[in-house]
Amino acid sequence: MPLVHLLRTGEGFVPPSTNDFNLPPVIAGNEYTTKPILLVFLSVIMISVFFILASRKAAIVPSKLQFAGESIYGFVRNDLARDNIGHDFMRFVPYLFTLFTFILTNNIFGIVPLLQFPAMSHVSFPYVLAIFTFITFHYIGIRKQGIRKYMKDIMFMPGVPKAAYILLTPLELATFFIVRPLTLSLRLFANMFAGHLLLLVFILGGDHLLKGVIGLKLISPFAFAFGIGLTFFEFMVQCLQAYIFTLLTALYIAGALADEH
Amino acid sequence: MHVINLAAESANPLIPHTAELIVGAVAFTLLFLVLRSKVVPMFEKAFTARTEAIQGGIERAEKAQLEAQRALAQYNEQLSKAREESQTMREEARTQGVAIIEELRAKAQEEAARITASAHASIEAERQQAITSLRNEVGTIAVELASKIVGEALDDQARQSRVVDRFLDDLEKSK
Repeated sequence: MPLVHLLRTGEGFVPPSTNDFNLPPVIAGNEYTTKPILLVFLSVIMISVFFILASRKAAIVPSKLQFAGESIYGFVRNDLARDNIGHDFMRFVPYLFTLFTFILTNNIFGIVPLLQFPAMSHVSFPYVLAIFTFITFHYIGIRKQGIRKYMKDIMFMPGVPKAAYILLTPLELATFFIVRPLTLSLRLFANMFAGHLLLLVFILGGDHLLKGVIGLKLISPFAFAFGIGLTFFEFMVQCLQAYIFTLLTALYIAGALADEH
Repeated sequence: MHVINLAAESANPLIPHTAELIVGAVAFTLLFLVLRSKVVPMFEKAFTARTEAIQGGIERAEKAQLEAQRALAQYNEQLSKAREESQTMREEARTQGVAIIEELRAKAQEEAARITASAHASIEAERQQAITSLRNEVGTIAVELASKIVGEALDDQARQSRVVDRFLDDLEKSK
């Protein structure tokens, strides 16, 4: 009862919780109009428009816009796809490019003023991406080597003593079918979730301190400063997570294409 | 009571929402199709064009360099040929000059020898002529002189000649 009283009068600090991630839909009752969903659509439109404009001319001497688009595309194409997958990499460039730009844009939405919400902190989106990657690398592995050889290579790793299979076979199966997609999605989700929560703590905390007595008011700027500092840190994490997700996908594809794991 | 309710209501963040799964899949697929059909081919086109442009430039430069090297070699060859030619020409001229000088010298010597010889011959002839005429004249003069002194004409040709010869022989002996 006293707690409820505090909350109602607005004097107690309510720490940000998982509920802060579940905002009500913009159009009441329509669950397709929540903030993350709208942001995901916005990201698709923004990425499409930006890259179509940047690549439209395909000039030998690029404009600034084309150069910017090419830099991102070239990074995914050369540093992620070509360097990891090898000679047959062009087939996977569109997928990896989409992955990278989609994750990066939605992550960065987390620190863009007014938007300020990373869609990837809703676990559904990383799940979807991980499932796509999961299907992709298993599919090409099976198509390249046939289902028997592909499964045999996973379950019975070549060049290992037979007794080790007791331990290795379940571990490898778990790695390929459970751990990989799960870690891929949870790593991205957890980073975005925790990062957003951290920013909420410092900014809502600073806001709350500002409403307190004079002593607390003086501390408040430090909380805000920390929040700003963390925003820069978050930017780094957001880029890094987009990179890691795409890199691991490229590595899984490379592994499935290789003759032996 | 309210706070407890809040805690109970807080959703497990690991449970996905159906709507978001659908939207995520659709949005991602849409983006994939757009990027694959519109963006990737254009960037690849630009990359290929650029690579070709750079490669073409390099090839052109290599070709030009090759051409220049060939021309340089050609010029060098021509130069050395010309040098060689001039060397032989100089050599030839020198030998020719020497030959001409030699020839001229021989000719001159021959001429000189010929002139000398003819001079010698004419001198000899004149001397002989002079000797002969002198001998005759001296003989006549001496006989005339002797006949005048002796008062006796020595008309006899044979005796006259004998006397003169004897006289000259004596003259030669006394010399």
